[in-house]
Amino acid sequence: MDAAVLTKPHPTSGMTQAAPLLRVSNLTKSYGHVVGCRDVSFELRPGEVLGIVGESGSGKTTLLNAISGKLPPSAGKVEFDTSRFGLTDIYGLNEPDRRRMQREEWGFVHQNPRDGLRMRVSGGANVAEPLMNLGDRHYGRMRAATIEWLERVELDTRRIDDKPRNFSGGMQQRIQVARNLIHGPRLVFMDEPTGGLDVSVQARLLDLLRELVRDLGLAVIIVTHDMAVARLMADRLLVMKSGFVVETGLTDQVLDDPQHPYTQLLVSSVLQI
Amino acid sequence: MSTLPLIVVEDLAKTFVLHNADSAAIPVFERLSLEVSPGECVVLAGESGVGKSTLMRSIYGNYLPTQGSVRVLHDGVYVDITQALPHQVLDVRRRTLGYVSQFLRVIPRISTLQLVMEPLLENGVSSEEAQARAETLLSALRLPRAHWDLPPATFSGGEQQRVNIARSFIRNYPVMLLDEPTASLDAENRAIVVTLIQEALGRGAAMIGIFHDHDVRDAVATRLFGVSEFKAAA
Amino acid sequence: MTARPNEPERYYNYAYLDEQTKRMIRRAILKALAIPGYQAPFGSREMPVPYGWGTGGIQLTAAIIGPDDVYKCIDQGADDTTNAVSIRRFFAQVADVATTEETAEATIIQTRHRIPEKGLTEGQVLVFQVPQPEPLRGLEARETETRAMHAYEEYGLQYVSLYESVAAHGYIASTVGYPTMIEERYLMSPSPIPKFDNPKLGQNPAILLFGAGREKRIYAVPPYTNVRSLDFEDHPFETQTWEEDCALCGAQESYLDEVVLDDSGERMFVCSDSNFCAERRAAGHAGPMAGHQLAALDKEPA
Repeated sequence: MDAAVLTKPHPTSGMTQAAPLLRVSNLTKSYGHVVGCRDVSFELRPGEVLGIVGESGSGKTTLLNAISGKLPPSAGKVEFDTSRFGLTDIYGLNEPDRRRMQREEWGFVHQNPRDGLRMRVSGGANVAEPLMNLGDRHYGRMRAATIEWLERVELDTRRIDDKPRNFSGGMQQRIQVARNLIHGPRLVFMDEPTGGLDVSVQARLLDLLRELVRDLGLAVIIVTHDMAVARLMADRLLVMKSGFVVETGLTDQVLDDPQHPYTQLLVSSVLQI
Repeated sequence: MSTLPLIVVEDLAKTFVLHNADSAAIPVFERLSLEVSPGECVVLAGESGVGKSTLMRSIYGNYLPTQGSVRVLHDGVYVDITQALPHQVLDVRRRTLGYVSQFLRVIPRISTLQLVMEPLLENGVSSEEAQARAETLLSALRLPRAHWDLPPATFSGGEQQRVNIARSFIRNYPVMLLDEPTASLDAENRAIVVTLIQEALGRGAAMIGIFHDHDVRDAVATRLFGVSEFKAAA
Repeated sequence: MTARPNEPERYYNYAYLDEQTKRMIRRAILKALAIPGYQAPFGSREMPVPYGWGTGGIQLTAAIIGPDDVYKCIDQGADDTTNAVSIRRFFAQVADVATTEETAEATIIQTRHRIPEKGLTEGQVLVFQVPQPEPLRGLEARETETRAMHAYEEYGLQYVSLYESVAAHGYIASTVGYPTMIEERYLMSPSPIPKFDNPKLGQNPAILLFGAGREKRIYAVPPYTNVRSLDFEDHPFETQTWEEDCALCGAQESYLDEVVLDDSGERMFVCSDSNFCAERRAAGHAGPMAGHQLAALDKEPA
């Protein structure tokens, strides 16, 4: 018991307290009188997968957009551990620096591949573009990297030069995943990445995402209304209702022992098969 | 070997509040304290519904206790599972705290072998080594080789249970929680699991278990712990 | 040189555009010259020809032309095509200028899709007609986004088109409108000139002005500016080459047009720059099909 007593004041002192990759403080976004999200604070560590769950209109997407630099917040801060400036408020950066940071260090997988892909250029060029954005000017090297990534997302590499519209929805989503991982981002945002897909296609894509996230040690913020997706993907959850975060915690704890009335309702509303 | 207890549960209470059922409060236990040292296998005793699984899940961090602390010796330091941040709990689970539930949480389309290898892969073990150990364990548990490449979703209860056991015993977790690991197993497989548990205890693992099967319980328990003594007043 | 018509009656202001409009265009030109490769917006006017027929080039010419200028107009290198002839007559009429087909003689050369073979000199102005000034437009439809890309030098996207080309053909196959970097700062479309002409853009003693009437943009390459054609390390920029020489004048290093001669597929390659070819022939150069009737159609240089 001695050790226990000794360590009592610092129950977690031996744990590595890695610096946060992302720190969101009191983030609020309102549209006139309508609140998108209010007073949201959390930290994300390297390699952590955070799920944001809640029903439609709960403010998930507003929060994701505000965090990912797409939607300047009404109040609060979004700090990211940038490679060039350290932990910095992303909205305090000037636009070119912010765009460069987003391009170099982040990925964003949209629900609709049309929002995340250039539909007029080939799948392969879509995947290679982030490399060109980072200044790679060697075709052969980029081509090889593209083929490697198409293999990683389990796409037929012979179709590398097909246009996205000639791929199925699930395959388009794989192209989008490859495009958002090829440049080695440290943080990837995913907005309902399996939302528009058939259940069987969805399951395969989730497997793939899970595997890639583990292999690459990626930090991910994933927005989903699907509790099964949240359980499979996320280490921890943020439950949103009417723009507020009503509950946070370890994913299985939030889903198996929800504390907030809304979370209890949300979890008990999931249909069992 | 360190003689410090690996699990220290202090003054633990758990009450479920069902907000969508007139905020009905369902008290389970209170003022519960328990220590488990290396080499010990504490078997939770009490009737069904007394809160054995709830206690187990509270220790694992799956349930959020209403009060009290659950400290687990992790990297030489006690981590309070009830207070730790999610990533800390996950780190404790990844490296220190193993859990064998009655049910296997099946992940669609992941093969049995992959599923069993996963705890090793998460700890940075090479794919080849992980596969070799998974194969050894699955063989020992007599899961037909033809099943290894299949996702376990369609397996029988006993087969899923063995996959689950393999997944939990593939790493030498210092602390293990066993929630009826032998429930759907036949006598031969139960014996294999008993051996696995005894080997783990011999290595100095601390265990808390729930076993309905008296033979298994008698074979592995170093002491019994009556959960009903801490029954909370409704 | 054709002497000025010096018509006594003009029904329009000098050089067609009113003075305020010309000043506005000159300000845009100065801005474009000050920021080489930057697309300066301007208030493009309705012109007596449809958009796409060179309204940008015509407005540029109208804004800079004076009675002492000597004007040349070419279309795909040729002085004698309908469009070139019409535009040349237009300025002869509204600006009282002398016109010429000789490159060396001209002070202002308006061009559609070629740069003359003969080297330009200081004091000359080359005016390009530009259908689409935005090199990124084919890849990024949003003007707000392409403007940001220029502002922040985010030009990775332009390489996507080159990547696609190499993926499809094994080499960078685009032959016209080949994208260029101006002074390592602004990405610029050279207008649909053949990439054969790209090297002539750099370190050119003349002023190069580009006008896009429909898109309302003017941009410029001042004299002696660095111009680099984009490429990959493993697929460097190359210009077109021909196995043939010019059939009429025997030129080996000019840009050649392929001309089909009859229904049986007989063909010949001739200089696209008609003035260049004619001058060479006058100087005694002869190609394998010298004396062909096509040559007879050309006027002899004055």
